[in-house]
Amino acid sequence: MAFDLTINGQSISLDVDPQMPLLWALRDVVGLTGTKFGCGKALCGACNVNVDGQVVRSCMFPVSAAAGKNVTTIESLSEQGDHPVQVAWRKLNVPQCGYCQSGQIISAAALLERNPNPSDADIDNAMSGNICRCGTYTRIRAAIHRAAEDRS
Amino acid sequence: MSRIEQLSRREFLQRTGKAGGGLVLALTLTSACQPGREDAADASVVAPNVYVNVRDDGVVEIYCHRSEMGQGIRTCLPQIIADEMEANWDRIKLIQALGDEKYGDQNTDGSTSIRQQFDLLRTAGASAREMLIAAAAATWGVPAADCVAREHAIHHAASGKSAGFGDLVSAAADMDVPEDVSFKSPDEYRYIGKSMDIIDGFAMTTGQANYGIDTVLPDMLYASIERCPAVGGTVKSLDDTATKSIAGVTAVLQLPDATSPPLFNPLGGVAVLAENTWAAQQGREALDIEWDYGANAEYDSASYREKLMQTSRDAGRSVLNRGDVEVAFGDAATIHEAEYFAPHLSQAPMEPPAAAARMTDDGGCEVWACTQDPQSAQQTVAGVLGIDKSKVKVNVTLLGGAFGRKSKPDFIAEAAWLAKEAGHPVKVTWTREDDIRHGYLHSVSAQCIKAGLDADGNTTAWRHCTAFPSIGSTFDATATGPSAGELGLGFVDNPYAIPNMRLEAGDATAHLRIGWLRSVCNVYHAFANCSFVDELAYLAGADPKDYLLRLLGPPRHVDPTAEGAEYGNYGQGLDTHPIDTGRIAAVVEEVADMAGWGRELPPGHGLGIAVHRSFLTTVGTVAEVSVSDAGKLVVHELWTAIDAGTVINPDRVKAQMEGAGIFGMSLALHGEITAKGGAVVEGNYDSYPVVRMNEAPAAINVHIMDVDAPPGGVGEPGVPPVAPAIVNAYFAATGNRVRELPLRNAGLA
Repeated sequence: MAFDLTINGQSISLDVDPQMPLLWALRDVVGLTGTKFGCGKALCGACNVNVDGQVVRSCMFPVSAAAGKNVTTIESLSEQGDHPVQVAWRKLNVPQCGYCQSGQIISAAALLERNPNPSDADIDNAMSGNICRCGTYTRIRAAIHRAAEDRS
Repeated sequence: MSRIEQLSRREFLQRTGKAGGGLVLALTLTSACQPGREDAADASVVAPNVYVNVRDDGVVEIYCHRSEMGQGIRTCLPQIIADEMEANWDRIKLIQALGDEKYGDQNTDGSTSIRQQFDLLRTAGASAREMLIAAAAATWGVPAADCVAREHAIHHAASGKSAGFGDLVSAAADMDVPEDVSFKSPDEYRYIGKSMDIIDGFAMTTGQANYGIDTVLPDMLYASIERCPAVGGTVKSLDDTATKSIAGVTAVLQLPDATSPPLFNPLGGVAVLAENTWAAQQGREALDIEWDYGANAEYDSASYREKLMQTSRDAGRSVLNRGDVEVAFGDAATIHEAEYFAPHLSQAPMEPPAAAARMTDDGGCEVWACTQDPQSAQQTVAGVLGIDKSKVKVNVTLLGGAFGRKSKPDFIAEAAWLAKEAGHPVKVTWTREDDIRHGYLHSVSAQCIKAGLDADGNTTAWRHCTAFPSIGSTFDATATGPSAGELGLGFVDNPYAIPNMRLEAGDATAHLRIGWLRSVCNVYHAFANCSFVDELAYLAGADPKDYLLRLLGPPRHVDPTAEGAEYGNYGQGLDTHPIDTGRIAAVVEEVADMAGWGRELPPGHGLGIAVHRSFLTTVGTVAEVSVSDAGKLVVHELWTAIDAGTVINPDRVKAQMEGAGIFGMSLALHGEITAKGGAVVEGNYDSYPVVRMNEAPAAINVHIMDVDAPPGGVGEPGVPPVAPAIVNAYFAATGNRVRELPLRNAGLA
């Protein structure tokens, strides 16, 4: 069964099992590996992508639910990799292993869209679905504040 | 330390060849250092080589032969080489090295990359520099001593001549490898000691960074493997009818049974191969397997715990003896005894084990893997396929976290075996449940400490017994107790100036695969030691920081071998890397100052302090905690002081301390792996929680001590003091002492 959706601005028809999570469709079928597998149970946020403006955990989000929608992954958050969140991440050298950062950045960018000047508590609320085993949380907080300043 | 093994010109060319359009500079560097990993069956003593290519377009290619797993080695390693070379940072190109014994020890664990290879890497850079200087001097007909390297060029002041590195490549190819090189003095450093931005920052923030799990090969199949819940179990019966009816599934293959001891071999089980990961996972779900659980079917954490606790109470094998503890206990005014317990842990890196493999036309195998130890991967794959390891090519990807898990290449061997059997390239991706249930777990441990205090509150006697199943059991099925290497991790290297001390080890049998986890046995040894010191302080009516300093005693160098202990000092000399109680005390003073030790705290808050030396580095941590209205422990802030001697990149050191704070909090608050009926109970981040943003402290403050000493380790030593600092802070806040991890079991998380 084929599903038509838009991924990073491109119309794509995916002929896959309707229950296949968007994560595996992106990684194994479309070939976009920037979105990561971490838990498969919507627990860690490594697989976060943006679907019609909402952050979803693609490891539990079936392709059939994405039909007709706009999916944005880390690969096209910005054209030149210069979204304020990405820039702030680099300014503060946030990543350690870097693996969870695609999902962290997707979550942070969405937070700033709805709350341009978040408090620490806002950040804690918005980002607690994203696990970083390296423990970059304090830098992520600082980088979100930095990105908020750079946007304003 | 290190010496350069001089190569003849012919050997030099034979070993390296002259690369097209460039000079390949090869150095064979032999180190007297032993590898940090002391329990491996294949413990290698081969020393590292480091390669630098200078291209005639001026680009300096630097090979990173160590694995990047978040510690920043891909940034720090070129910092050292480029600095000694006087190469400009924007003219270097970093190349990740393949697994190859020509690089010497590539095993990225034990926090060894800088502490054991600083001089080797400097030598690599300095030799390149001297060859380019010699080339310029010969070209210009001037003495080499009058030439200097600066900013990617060689300069001769008297004549005003200058030549870029690239322009000297041809002439440099005729120069001998210098016999002796000198290093820059610290005031000449351009990159060493500077917080260079991480090299992979752009790739990691744009989704372009490639990890083992991201490998895609032409015609590749995706595999998911169902393994026996108990280690060493086997397939009794298999029905794969339902699996084969699932769209996209191409094959079901039963792997060879697990070996005993486990080594780094696959665990056996049944693999489902499919056109994508989802189909493979669905097919695996549909397998109908009956298992024979085998020899470990009875493993039960609750009953094992009782046995282990009893072992730690009983007299164990004496591994260090000073004075006479029994006499001292008899003379003591006060006796205090406490028991500590810490459970199995899983490394749980965000990227689960994953590897891709393809067979090559010459009967060899090429793999792409997130491995900490590519040579171990070569050897294990070769063993599983029955080919020579020279025919196994290991491409090292970025590692999405590792923490010790990825020094074991079992998952890579799975991919290789399946690629051979399937006649297709195969990628194996472990699920999170696979990772947590079938890994090489951090050891469960029990410890009993007894102390005697005199009437003035001085500790006069200390008897400490530790019991845990050994990592050695992974390599030797008959191993029953802590090895000397493990006892050197925060146990026999006890720094306290106590006149009577006896340290004992108790035997324990392993029923799961046991392996390294970030800072290894230091986790539980520091937990017990630093908690117990805090207990003694209160017993003596003293301030915990003051009492800790009292126990550390006068500045001196501690040598456990002088008191009968077998002690390896992490493979490096006690002369260059002493157990220096003066430096440890300085760290205590510094971190106490940072945290405002003794200040008036908000109601309900407490401060706790702990200090621990591991991997040749001392880290002191202070935690400020309180208990929320809901009864949960809140860690408000952490302060960390680190004495790692010379540091290469202060920002990466700070990042490691920040990360260690969170990693230490995770194991203090949440981390626990248990087994029932031989099988691990926990499976994902719901049942094996780790610290999230909402639990992260408001700040993790880090101070790097300015110490002129050789480098110590950085990746691991930040972890051990965190849990005891938190537990001590909890006591300061509430008067309640917790002697068992994780605090979740006391309802505190």
